Amino acid sequence: MLTLMTPSMGKLDAKARGVRKTTSRMSGHLQPFNRCMLQLAQGRMADVVAGCDTLESFQPLRDDLDRLSEAVYVAELTDRMLPERAPNYQSYRLLLDTLRRLKESDQHGTTLRFFEMRLLGEGGYRPELDQCVGCGKEIEADKHFFAPRGGGVVCPACAPDSGGARSLSLNAIKVLRQLQREPYNKNARLQIDAALAQELERHLRSYIVCVLERDVNSAAFIDQLRRESQLTPAEV
Amino acid sequence: MNESSSAIAAPLARLVEEFYKLPGIGPKSAQRLAYYLLRMPPAEAQALAAAIIEVKERVVLCSICQNVTEADPCRVCSDVTRDRTVICVVEEPLDILAIERTHAFRGLHHVLHGTISPMDGIGPEDLKIRELLERFRGDDVREVILATNPNLEGEATAMYLTRLITPLGIKLTRLARGLPAGGDIEYADDDTLTRALEGRQEVQQDGADGRES
Repeated sequence: MLTLMTPSMGKLDAKARGVRKTTSRMSGHLQPFNRCMLQLAQGRMADVVAGCDTLESFQPLRDDLDRLSEAVYVAELTDRMLPERAPNYQSYRLLLDTLRRLKESDQHGTTLRFFEMRLLGEGGYRPELDQCVGCGKEIEADKHFFAPRGGGVVCPACAPDSGGARSLSLNAIKVLRQLQREPYNKNARLQIDAALAQELERHLRSYIVCVLERDVNSAAFIDQLRRESQLTPAEV
Repeated sequence: MNESSSAIAAPLARLVEEFYKLPGIGPKSAQRLAYYLLRMPPAEAQALAAAIIEVKERVVLCSICQNVTEADPCRVCSDVTRDRTVICVVEEPLDILAIERTHAFRGLHHVLHGTISPMDGIGPEDLKIRELLERFRGDDVREVILATNPNLEGEATAMYLTRLITPLGIKLTRLARGLPAGGDIEYADDDTLTRALEGRQEVQQDGADGRES
């Protein structure tokens, strides 16, 4: 059973028959992340892949453990956040562009944060970054908090009542707003240091977990790889 | 499955329910199996029940290679004629069956009991990886063959193990990938073809002058 993201039909499931056999002609084409031209036949219970041809291979994403873990994360989020069969070209485009960026570049922090922010928007979970979700006031430039359960920023007065509100640095809120509003190429030029990158990741992750009401499985693997790359082999 | 029918006796319904839990068994198959068992002689039904219980009680994991076995260590690990310097790492016990059938491999095995599947939340700590690393301390292991499946999860697992084992200075090899027997170059995808080209082997002439092929 495959999950597909299409430009005009949104997310859909389809069955691919016999792909585990070594003689299968389709199995190589249908590897995860490939962009293919597919012929789908409407079946009784599910659509079936009748034919396929690779348009764009994403083998570099499968050949490198870090890229693989990030591509799986992107795929898992796409699957969890979008409903089935809801046509949405923007979401398709976002997924395709993100996978291409993961394939072509080495620095993936901004790519992933941009993807997360935009996907949240496409999924109907756009975080509020300008007005306090508690009282509606415009957020002041001194202290900001982010309340995942509230769906966005809160002012210092409302923060204690918003369970889970954590403080948000000035730079973080600037970057988050930019991720939300500006196209990717503007965001790609941002210089983000390690501490800020970590903060952005933390806030977006907590918001996503809140929205999905569960952990994102593949995020744990990314974390583990990151942890292990900092240890010596004996410590792993 | 619904419990609407009082038309079906409770023990029978329970049996159907149990069969339905098994992989590849849908509601119709579960019913067919249950009704077949009804018609079986009692002795045969007992034998089936006893075999199920026995498997759970007597089959354990080999403490060395993690394969399913009755004796611990298993037959392969206890076999002194095997090459103990080579370990072939596979995903599941059935993979060992397939490899042993070829009679082409004389080293030892190791079963991970799964693959790294980040989306399903299956990480390295859920597999028998620690047990594999333990083996490097004891035996003199010179080569580890990564024989996980050539799919996304199998590759991820192979890459992860490569990261772990490379610093230990042990030779790491991966099963060859490329065109399968009976395959078709015209229909093959780019990556498979690329790999097949990269992994090409020199051919030797066979025949009349007595040289081996």
